[in-house]
Amino acid sequence: MQLNPWALTGIVLVAAMTFYLGHRSSRFASSTHDFLVARRTVRSRRNAAAISGEYLSAASFLGVAGIVLKEGADGLWYPIGFTAGYLALMLFVAAPLRRSGAYTLPDFIEARLGSVALRRCATAFVVVIGILYTVPQLQGAGLALTTVLPVPWWFGALAVTVLVAGNVLAGGMRAITVVQAFQYWLKLFALAVPAFVLCAVFVSGGHSGPAGALGSPAPPTFPADTTVKIETDVGLRVTMVTPVRVRKPGETEDRTVVWAKGATEQVAKGTELRFAAGTSVPVVTEALSANSDWLRPGSTGLSDLLQTYSLILATFLGTMGLPHVLVRFYTNPDGKAARRTAVHVLLLLGLFYLFPTLLGAMSRMYVPELLVTGQTDAAVLRLPQAVLPGVAGQILTGVIMAGAFAAFLSTSSGLLVSVAGVVSTDLFKGKVRDFRWATGIVAVIPAGLALTMRSTDLSLSVGMSFALAASTFSPILVLGIWWRGLTWPGAMTGMIVGGGLVVSALVVNTVSGYTGNWAPWLADQPALITVPTAFAVTVLVSLATRAGRPADVNAVMLRLHAPDPLGFMRDRAVARFGQIENRGRTGKGRHRK
Amino acid sequence: MNDDIYRHVEGVREPDPTLGKTRGRHEPATVERVPPAPVESQPEQPAKPPKRQRVVLADPRSRSTPTLRARVELEEQTSWGTLLVDDLVKRQLRAGLALAGLVLVVLGGLPLAFYLSSDFAGVHVVGVPLAWLLLGVLPFPLLLLAGLAYNRLAERHERDFVDMIEN
Repeated sequence: MQLNPWALTGIVLVAAMTFYLGHRSSRFASSTHDFLVARRTVRSRRNAAAISGEYLSAASFLGVAGIVLKEGADGLWYPIGFTAGYLALMLFVAAPLRRSGAYTLPDFIEARLGSVALRRCATAFVVVIGILYTVPQLQGAGLALTTVLPVPWWFGALAVTVLVAGNVLAGGMRAITVVQAFQYWLKLFALAVPAFVLCAVFVSGGHSGPAGALGSPAPPTFPADTTVKIETDVGLRVTMVTPVRVRKPGETEDRTVVWAKGATEQVAKGTELRFAAGTSVPVVTEALSANSDWLRPGSTGLSDLLQTYSLILATFLGTMGLPHVLVRFYTNPDGKAARRTAVHVLLLLGLFYLFPTLLGAMSRMYVPELLVTGQTDAAVLRLPQAVLPGVAGQILTGVIMAGAFAAFLSTSSGLLVSVAGVVSTDLFKGKVRDFRWATGIVAVIPAGLALTMRSTDLSLSVGMSFALAASTFSPILVLGIWWRGLTWPGAMTGMIVGGGLVVSALVVNTVSGYTGNWAPWLADQPALITVPTAFAVTVLVSLATRAGRPADVNAVMLRLHAPDPLGFMRDRAVARFGQIENRGRTGKGRHRK
Repeated sequence: MNDDIYRHVEGVREPDPTLGKTRGRHEPATVERVPPAPVESQPEQPAKPPKRQRVVLADPRSRSTPTLRARVELEEQTSWGTLLVDDLVKRQLRAGLALAGLVLVVLGGLPLAFYLSSDFAGVHVVGVPLAWLLLGVLPFPLLLLAGLAYNRLAERHERDFVDMIEN
């Protein structure tokens, strides 16, 4: 793709702003307390913006519109689930978790259940989830950069890794809080402005595409003569008789072929397809071809219904197990503030998710060629130029690109801080220097994986990490907070069984992806089975090992649930790292600006 | 400035903001209003001194002795203390489950409704498919309202608990 100077400007501005804000606040970060939990002085509004900023990942910014483009009404469950997760988090976890005073998720688990073995196990899962979630961010960065700039796709992944690691090394949580809060508003702006402009153009009729085409039940059609270059091997489902000029890789001349109705055409990587204006769009096999199916939810049978429920379960319970989400809740001053933060997050996310839906629906009309290549994640990036060719479209693309870049940066920095925090307090001694070492180590692994692994759709792989989080940590958190009877063997078995099931589904899914997509839908979205299993195993084993209940369970429950004014909350930070002498300085509150 | 006060007192949150405010309001009021309207300032005076007293008394032991005893009792986990905490935990859990259940029934009912009735899935309202409104817009206000409701309930439960301990 040719160089878009506006997009380049947008990216450079975001990178510079991120670096500047991170640098400015990292000057005040000196202790472990700063690096891991920003001194626990972040107010609920700022914290909510930071949480939303880090949570709205590439999967939300690019992936949701792509999913809507591909799956239509059924894809709308992703944003609902992503938001509803915070309700579950707020109802069952937020305030008690903050009152536990823990630094990290394994810290909490050890405080509640008093088992070092369980703590190690939890650490392992935090690292796995963190990496599984970071890889699609980096891959998304690569994809986004190649869409608007003439650079190889690994460049974006490396650039994000370097920038994020730099910020985290310098100031840890304290530095990234400000950066992430800024990035939420940037992302909202970067989707809302193009959405409003494009809608205005669409409504006023000053566009080049087909208006109101979504209303017709037929598959989408190409608005103009279109050349599509296939980047990965795809199978295309043809719903109408389609004449197409094909140029296979290595050949120099086009051959005109007519694809038969109902056929599934296998197209190899590197092929160029030319469609005339008005031809109906053949779509990749996993997407919905007819607009009538696309508009109507639940049109593809029982397995689809179950898959939807599976997704709801994964996202509803998965959010509370995501390490980078939880770690932000520890930065609240107290339990009440943690709850308020969650309410704010519900507002901010609800506001944001209106726009990807809108843009996804518009991209079905204007950029249907993405359905042929299967790279639907690029929908938001391609849309402005398709609606508004020329400089206006380029500027809008630049704005969106800046937002997308902010999405990669903030989510990856959140993940990096949380995983590095866990690694540094668990495997090392938890000093600032250890945190920096851990950051370096943790940053390298996902970068390596992102460069070597096959990129799949952003929302789908993110869906898998939600399923993993929901099947490992949510039973421990929910039962640990609300049920005295939880024991460490129960928690451990539940975590291993749930996590093991999801990981095996992931393996099955990957293998099947390489060998012809034979896996059932359950391998794609296994939460419907794994989450109830994990809960059941946890409860049953806990009941069987009643003797293993920790002796201090009553005291811990009191600490988790007693209202803040009674003063039972005891931060492990003070007990463990002796940071109490720093407290006098928090009054300045420089980083709260 | 407010932050400083907030931080120092830590456990006891409520009185501090009033301390900051009464100080700020009080000083100009007494300096300026005394000559022109001495009668007017009098009804205000009795209202303010009690406030001030409360703030001053926030720290001393006389007020916190019963609280302290209750806290010690809670911490030492007498059967009474355990019962109290259990009761609070149950109330909070019940509120959480009720709201989660409500949301799950409303949202979780949608896929089933769409699956069972294709007519319902195809309904249009003023040109927009109803399903897209139900899935793309309405869940977010619903979730926010549920969140606000829980926040209110949970804070009320906690206030009740604190009041009970302090009396």
